[in-house]
Amino acid sequence: MVQETGIKKQVALPLSKAFSISYQSLKIRFWRSIITIGGIFFAIAFLVSVLSGAVMSVAIAPVGEIETEGVGIFAVFTLLREVPRQAWLVSMSLLVSVIGIANAMLMSVTERYKEIGTMKCLGALDRFIVELFLLESGFQGLVGSVAGAVVGTLLVVLSNLISHGGEILMLISWVQLLVNVVMGIVIGVSLTMVGALYPSYRAAQMAPAEAMRTEV
Amino acid sequence: MADTEQAVAERDISQENTVRARNVVKRFPMGDDFLEALKGINLEIKRGEYISIMGPSGSGKTTLFNMIGGLDKPSDGTVYIDEVDIAQLDAYELAWLRCRKIGYIFQTFNLIPVMTALENITLPMVFAGINSDEAIDKGVALLTNVGLGDRVQHKPTELSGGQQQRVAIARALANDPSIILADEPTANLDLRTGHDIIQLLRRMNAEMGVTVISNTHDSAMLDVSDRIFWIRDGRVDRVQRRDELEIAITAVDGDVTGGVGDDGEDDLVDHVAIAHGDKSRDDAVLNALGGDDESNSGDEPTES
Repeated sequence: MVQETGIKKQVALPLSKAFSISYQSLKIRFWRSIITIGGIFFAIAFLVSVLSGAVMSVAIAPVGEIETEGVGIFAVFTLLREVPRQAWLVSMSLLVSVIGIANAMLMSVTERYKEIGTMKCLGALDRFIVELFLLESGFQGLVGSVAGAVVGTLLVVLSNLISHGGEILMLISWVQLLVNVVMGIVIGVSLTMVGALYPSYRAAQMAPAEAMRTEV
Repeated sequence: MADTEQAVAERDISQENTVRARNVVKRFPMGDDFLEALKGINLEIKRGEYISIMGPSGSGKTTLFNMIGGLDKPSDGTVYIDEVDIAQLDAYELAWLRCRKIGYIFQTFNLIPVMTALENITLPMVFAGINSDEAIDKGVALLTNVGLGDRVQHKPTELSGGQQQRVAIARALANDPSIILADEPTANLDLRTGHDIIQLLRRMNAEMGVTVISNTHDSAMLDVSDRIFWIRDGRVDRVQRRDELEIAITAVDGDVTGGVGDDGEDDLVDHVAIAHGDKSRDDAVLNALGGDDESNSGDEPTES
């Protein structure tokens, strides 16, 4: 069966297939994934607990002592401005996490150069490769961030319950806490995906021959 | 086997070029200097041919493989596939070429370790847009065709080298390509399995009209080729047709022996005897040691 000459542009990767490939890759590399997820978990747990801690201190401080404007994230940033040490802590912890996540993603991509080269030989476009890695990292980010945000919030609520008793539950702005959880998840997922973006883009761009001969 | 023989005899090798290389040069940066792996390759391969590319290690065979297959860009010169300059193709067209027109087989199999044999084979079909059920049916059929119908769900780690290479061949055939490019497909296999693989490729060539282009060290491959390109030092040293070679290859319990005065060992002189079409080992040794062969630069390998 000889193909007729004439080159067309039909190459595709359906999303469902991309999902299943990414999921399989993660499942196989289970413990490596757990470690990466763990890193994100702790980073986001810390972030959310600091943010929510700030929210809690509004609840227990006398009303009017700290001015809060607006709703949601802006209120929190105002608080952080008022408490620079907290802001510094949060920034540093995020920075450390970003570096850790970027490293994990970089390693994950470079150890699979041969696989990437092979996929390109089978007809994968560059963006399929990036898509697959974004899905993998996004999934890891999601699991870690959700777990971290929830646990971070719970820890803060619990510790305040213990220190200040049950009445505090009336004074907490639950909406605020929820916003922090969501923000934590968004930040966690974005950081993880951004961490995977550049390495996978570089790897996808390489000529397949180069990718397959690279010794890591 | 009789069917294959008949199919081989009845092949109609067209006069159209399917692969053409024109003055292909490839330089690799080495520190401040360059290493010229290919120094100007010119070749033409017709549709339906079975081509072997032979040469010593370091001669540029794998680099040539990468150039022909569109896996790397030449520093200079042009590669035409079906008279289309592949350097002019955009990313989509190049992906289409690799997906549908060319099937690749590597020395190290290059199967994706996290996927089963069936998933490995259906992956190129996914890229080609074939729907899932069709892909699975076709994949199972291909695996059965290469003799692995009962190992469909095995992962590469659960398969022997020969089985992995057969999966790789089935994968290369997934989208009915017109060209199969193989880089030393039998190098990591024992003789018997290597034989089976070669017969498989030959069957594909004969029955399906697929052009097979194979890098090889394996003298058993010569027997089934239409033409042999000898590559030396980044250039095409000579081109021989199958009928210009004197080969006596006997398969005895998987051992490949050859030629007059054979001592039963597959060593360098045996290869040389086959290569130069010499009728005896003595002639071969004389020619190898720098006779009047125009391709000799006077330096010959000294290992035996």
